[in-house]
Amino acid sequence: MRYEKPSTAQEATNLLATEPGIARVLSGGTDVLVQIKAGMIEPDLIVDIKNLDRIRDITPEQGGFRIGAAVSGATLGEHAGVTALWPGVVEAFELIGSTQVQGRATMAGNLCNGSPAADSVPAMVAANAIARIAGPDGARNCPVQDIPVSPGRTALAKGEFITSIFLPARPERAADAYLRFTPRTEMDIAVASAAVSLELDADGTCTSARIALGAIAPTVVLVDAASICIIGTKLDATSLEAMSEACSAACNPIDDKRGTVEFRTRIVGVLAKRAALIAYKRAGGRA
Amino acid sequence: MALDSEKKQVFKVVGTRPARPDGIDKVTGRAMYGADATAPGMLVGRILRSPHAHAIIRSIDTSAAEALKGVKAVVTSADFGAPEDESIRDVQDNCMARGKALYHGHAVAAVAANSAVVASQALKLIKVDYQILPHVTDVDEAMRPGAPVVQADRAFENVAAGFSENVTSQCEFGHGDLEAGFAKADKVIERSFTTAATHQGYIEPHACLASMTPDGKGDLWCCTQGQFHVRTVCAEIMGMDASQLRVTASEIGGGFGGKTTVFIEPVALALSRKSGRPVKIVMTRDEVFKATGPTVSSSMDVKIGMTKDGRITAAQARLRYQAGAFPSETVTYGAQSAFAAYDLKAVETIGWNVLTNRPKEAAYRAPGAPMAIYAVESVVDELCQELSLDPLDVRLKNAADKGTKSSYGPTFEAIGLRATLEAAKAHPHYTAPLGVNQGRGLSCGFWFNFGGNTCVSLNINTDGTVGITEGNPDIGGSRASISQMAAEELGIPYEKVRTIIADTNSLGYNDVTDGSRVTFSVGLATIEAARNAIKVMCGRVAKIWGIDEDAVIWEDGCAKPSGPNAGSFDPMSIEEIAAISANTGGPIAGHFEVNADGAGVSFGVHLADVEVDPETGATKVVRYTVFQDAGKAVHPDYVEGQMQGGAVQGIGWALNEEYIYGKNGLLQNPGFLDYRIPVASDLPDIETVILEIPNPGHPYGVRGVGETPIVPPLAALSNAVSRAIGRRMFELPMSPPKLLKAMSQKR
Repeated sequence: MRYEKPSTAQEATNLLATEPGIARVLSGGTDVLVQIKAGMIEPDLIVDIKNLDRIRDITPEQGGFRIGAAVSGATLGEHAGVTALWPGVVEAFELIGSTQVQGRATMAGNLCNGSPAADSVPAMVAANAIARIAGPDGARNCPVQDIPVSPGRTALAKGEFITSIFLPARPERAADAYLRFTPRTEMDIAVASAAVSLELDADGTCTSARIALGAIAPTVVLVDAASICIIGTKLDATSLEAMSEACSAACNPIDDKRGTVEFRTRIVGVLAKRAALIAYKRAGGRA
Repeated sequence: MALDSEKKQVFKVVGTRPARPDGIDKVTGRAMYGADATAPGMLVGRILRSPHAHAIIRSIDTSAAEALKGVKAVVTSADFGAPEDESIRDVQDNCMARGKALYHGHAVAAVAANSAVVASQALKLIKVDYQILPHVTDVDEAMRPGAPVVQADRAFENVAAGFSENVTSQCEFGHGDLEAGFAKADKVIERSFTTAATHQGYIEPHACLASMTPDGKGDLWCCTQGQFHVRTVCAEIMGMDASQLRVTASEIGGGFGGKTTVFIEPVALALSRKSGRPVKIVMTRDEVFKATGPTVSSSMDVKIGMTKDGRITAAQARLRYQAGAFPSETVTYGAQSAFAAYDLKAVETIGWNVLTNRPKEAAYRAPGAPMAIYAVESVVDELCQELSLDPLDVRLKNAADKGTKSSYGPTFEAIGLRATLEAAKAHPHYTAPLGVNQGRGLSCGFWFNFGGNTCVSLNINTDGTVGITEGNPDIGGSRASISQMAAEELGIPYEKVRTIIADTNSLGYNDVTDGSRVTFSVGLATIEAARNAIKVMCGRVAKIWGIDEDAVIWEDGCAKPSGPNAGSFDPMSIEEIAAISANTGGPIAGHFEVNADGAGVSFGVHLADVEVDPETGATKVVRYTVFQDAGKAVHPDYVEGQMQGGAVQGIGWALNEEYIYGKNGLLQNPGFLDYRIPVASDLPDIETVILEIPNPGHPYGVRGVGETPIVPPLAALSNAVSRAIGRRMFELPMSPPKLLKAMSQKR
């Protein structure tokens, strides 16, 4: 196993593109190192990207924030600007692992691991976050929503890796929230999850909604049919119930040791409803 | 050893809360645990495990592994002998499969190599030719005729007809006329229950270092609850004399019963013998889950009859315990303890042990009792609901007491059940208002406790300080408690005493640290050893003073004349006596050896308040109080710690912990992510109330406290949840999917 720590994205891309065997990108390592230790993967090449320029920076950009691919959960959680603008994304990411893991784990890594249960991914999708990708043909942007393809697989081509994630600007009276269900209160993995991002008008009517669900299908699901139920409403009980049902209807889960199809389908609607109410309150609405 | 009667029980050191002697080493990482042992030239041992639930091992080809550079030894069952003793043979076969892999994760071969990387590569080069057999992991399925047979010809003759060969033993306890009893009842409820297998979940994985020399001597350092038992088993497996195998116990990062047997030690010894080098084996967490003992899973029926005013007229239980691939006694303890809290005229329990393709069950805190008592306490609670009776009053009305003929035979001496129930009734928790979606449950719990073989040496150092050598690994603060009892008896400060745990060549045989026996038995032996040392010291002083030995008494760390008639002498302190010991007859020590009885049974009562989320089925424990009789709490911090720790393990058992097997017979959740032990944020503060009803069998009245606290939480939680959601639950764990389903079903 070779370990490389390049200092430019071009160098990193070249290493990843030319490796004939199994290559893995290392940032926080909270998935890669665990997988190596458990014998799940035996990479031939590890490319540590933590030496790249701005890879650990959070930079304001066009009213939003660009978050470097090696920014840890602990750093993100202490950033007042991101926390104020996208509280749901930050709370989703901070739910992952222990305090120690938070010191290492990254959102880009959470996305590239490809788990349907990744906590930060539904929140990023609801936020309409855009990943910036470095690759053999140069940099490109891709909505986070389009990156997971199936459990453990992403849309990244050979030689490509994520350098940053962009969380866009948003108007006033807008907020997001994330909730997951786990049997334990922490140190656990989502059985189902829901992220809701809302924009309200001056009288508290919802003008825009993005609802993304996790762990209920092979990849994260953005449920437009659920958004429609609450756009134009003040999140009254009837609309919320319709939204909740639309979420349950969008599920395509599996039965496994963590939960049944029936259970996941039911609780994801409950989570979406509760997350919507939190987001609504954060956005200044009064339910 | 009777309770001291002539002395008034006023204590100076016992009952205080001094700092634990092992604390600093443990919090600074200096303590030597199993994996910390090293030796020059040490090799790394790794074990190859069966990927199948049940398979004949047709052949094992180790040639490629042996040829790999850096590999120094490979062993399989062919490298072990055939011990005559069946129980030893079972231990050996569990450590290394012989002919057949009996469960997913069963060891089939092992290598010793220069490095962990080489050892892992070598494992991949071992070719095992398996013939896969049908498997069974469920207890009820395993009992049916025609089920896959895990091991043939292991059933005792007294097992009733109509079962498969997997039912290896049957036990029966009870007395009285059941039919007449049930006829007197106003209400009879009969229910069936299941509980999942749960693991002890100790943080420290099993680890050992074995070193065999060409002349047949062996040294073994390991993480265990009983180094003498390890010696007995390993010496027999290795064909060695006990004297030639020295076993040293490391610090222990949790055991809870799971480290009362061996899994890797004989393998490390065999690898060391074959390679001629020391070999260390450290299990991964995956291996701990797959191949060490969880507790049994169970399927049970309980039938209880009660009068309108709450008197139990008859009680009956049928217990079917799944104990993995080898015969087990655990169901016997379940059958004995099921109704121990009740004074019953008619009672019967029958238990069956059942083999399945799962790892061999190992002891787990009050082995066998939590499940049986969960089933019994659930039915008692349902009867209370049906008859509109207060559940504490009903338990008080039927409580076993001094003189009660217990459901398993013996007549109880002084016991603390009634006092414990009364304390629970008087506690503000019992009458505190409940919120929306909340419910309150209670349960009694019981454990026998044990005394056993115990040997202690107490040395008076030349400066008058005291060294104690005992033989039981400290799993719950026992070094502190033992030092306290010695200090109490000798009349010296706690800080003057240091207690260490000896290896097997430094002290006589001690039983395993189990049965909540150490504070009781080792404490008792320490007190007696101190009394023997005092006798020696009084004798020395009598000679100095030229008076009769009887005329010298011991008080506050000094020898004194017994009264004015004995003569007028200044007291001699322990320091003064020790300082001149070379001139008065040599070193001063006290010893005591005993096979202790009189451990004194232990009862506890737990109160639990839960809140169940009606939309997700998630249960939150909002308040929890433990009431338990400790006889005498030597170090109350550790008594409370045992009460809280047991409650937490029981809460995990009740709510989320379970071994999950797939249809393929493979374990689905061998890790702490999906085997869900509660984390700190899942729990409220566990309140504790210690009662002290002296045990007549101990000089200070001490009873063991370590096991009883895991017994009541299962039913306390189930009763609380059942009352919160308005549906009776019959299955553990009460995980959220099960609760949500139950809540959505029609009443």
